[in-house]
Amino acid sequence: MTKPRPSRLTIAAIVAAPLALLAGFAWAGGWIGSPRVGGKTIADALEFNAGRQAGYRRAHAKGLCFTGQFEASGKAARLSAAPQLAPGRYAVTGRFSTGGGNPFATDGRNVFHAMALQLAGPDGQIWRMAMDHVPIFPVATPQAFVALQHATRPDPATGKPDPTAMKAYLASHPETRAYQDYIAAAPLPDSFANGTYYSINAFRFVDSAGTSHAVRWAFEPEAPFAALDKATLASLPTDYLFDELQSRLAKESLRWRMIVTVAAPGDETDNATIAWPAARPRIDAGTLTIVRAEPEESGACRDITFDPTILPDGVALSDDPLLAARSAAYAASFRRRAIEAPGPSAAGKALPGGAR
Amino acid sequence: MPHRFPLPIRLLHWTMAALIIAMLFIGVAMVSTAGPAYTALLALHRPLGIAILLLAGIRLALRIGTRAPALPDDLPRIQQRAARVSHVLLYLAMIGLPIIGWAMLSAGSYPVRLGAGLVLPPILPPDALVFGGLRQLHALVAFAFFALILGHLTVALIHGFVRRDGVLATMGFARSASTEPAAPGDGDGRGDAVDSTDAPAPGDVEGAPPP
Repeated sequence: MTKPRPSRLTIAAIVAAPLALLAGFAWAGGWIGSPRVGGKTIADALEFNAGRQAGYRRAHAKGLCFTGQFEASGKAARLSAAPQLAPGRYAVTGRFSTGGGNPFATDGRNVFHAMALQLAGPDGQIWRMAMDHVPIFPVATPQAFVALQHATRPDPATGKPDPTAMKAYLASHPETRAYQDYIAAAPLPDSFANGTYYSINAFRFVDSAGTSHAVRWAFEPEAPFAALDKATLASLPTDYLFDELQSRLAKESLRWRMIVTVAAPGDETDNATIAWPAARPRIDAGTLTIVRAEPEESGACRDITFDPTILPDGVALSDDPLLAARSAAYAASFRRRAIEAPGPSAAGKALPGGAR
Repeated sequence: MPHRFPLPIRLLHWTMAALIIAMLFIGVAMVSTAGPAYTALLALHRPLGIAILLLAGIRLALRIGTRAPALPDDLPRIQQRAARVSHVLLYLAMIGLPIIGWAMLSAGSYPVRLGAGLVLPPILPPDALVFGGLRQLHALVAFAFFALILGHLTVALIHGFVRRDGVLATMGFARSASTEPAAPGDGDGRGDAVDSTDAPAPGDVEGAPPP
């Protein structure tokens, strides 16, 4: 068993090969090198802001499931080959929610009202959307989103964000002012039923010839608009919006029209803080009908991640950096809440089957 | 007893080595970032994982249906056993990891979209808790797989350049100068005839020159 002893160079090379692979792996995973904003970073920032609420979504924690259908008019089919835009009816599972990471927060807050949808197409083609009642977003990048969560953390003593932190944030993030001005001035819908819900980000519709069209969309309600009195928000019952929706649905179905807005050349597709001019062409892509609501325990929406990058053929991502960030953050939130075991429905305790 | 793995297995080994290492890097990279690379890597991760699953299935069938070269007789029994166990684990990982991924996405109500017009059906019913557990298992198995690969690489290099016992060459493509002892009359036709004749007789192994 006498073999020539391997040279030091051979030994060094044998040790170096796996070490080099390991170093590359550590770099790819972000454990070495400059720090990265990942889905985890965003979920951490949301937990920093709202506290960790085990078993709930890290954002839009308070919600209610619903089911219904989407009836496509076919008018948007020339812009997109999405099966859900071809004339026909498609099953919808969705969720109404209010902004923020606290599932037990009161509805009387000047925050996002949100509608999330899943439109089921043939052959497993799924289209998910997560939309807010405000057409613009406070930030344009994941880095700014993380900074915003840190700056707006409510001080436990006052219940309000630290004014100095907010001032410092706004000094370096003027884009958030447009959102603040909007949400301060815009009337707040007095129901989930009469809000318009916007896609927030731009997307691309891809037609059957393979041509891309930059679009945004909004779901415009049939129900007439009425606003909450912002001066008396604090006196609203805790589950006002969720209870009100349930009582409406007990009487009638609710409808929205999906309006697709087509960008003109030069419209920014990579910045969710800027709305497109009002004169853009509008296409009535179809009608959403919501038939019934269910609390999260028994409804189908609780275990769905309404990741807006889950798209069917014929719809593609734009260059908006928030899209990948939303996808990564929602995935991180789902990873966490799923293993924590989903919490009972925080909203709709008056609903049948709604446990407390 | 053949002195090398059959050509299809050798080709699959090196193709899959590249794919699996790329896949492990893509996996940790995509989880680390919320930048535009996230969605791009995720879109690559799913079809690549299913491709690895298909190739691993073919490879397993070939591996079971063909004869593998024996390990050197002078390799201690404990090392022979470790080699066998580690190879079973490698096969388990390359077949299990994509299936865990597919099952995890199914339980998490995610469509398993491979590309335009192609969405795989779910293999588990939706269940958040099951998703949560499988998601952790997916990461755990991936890290264990990477550790196994590092060990496999290190041991292969030791065989090739320290022990020089021909084990590394069983996965190689060298036309001659194999250091693997060939059994006389090894005519199963799966090996390379050139190597069979060129291989030194048993006993000459220790003094054989490196390939």
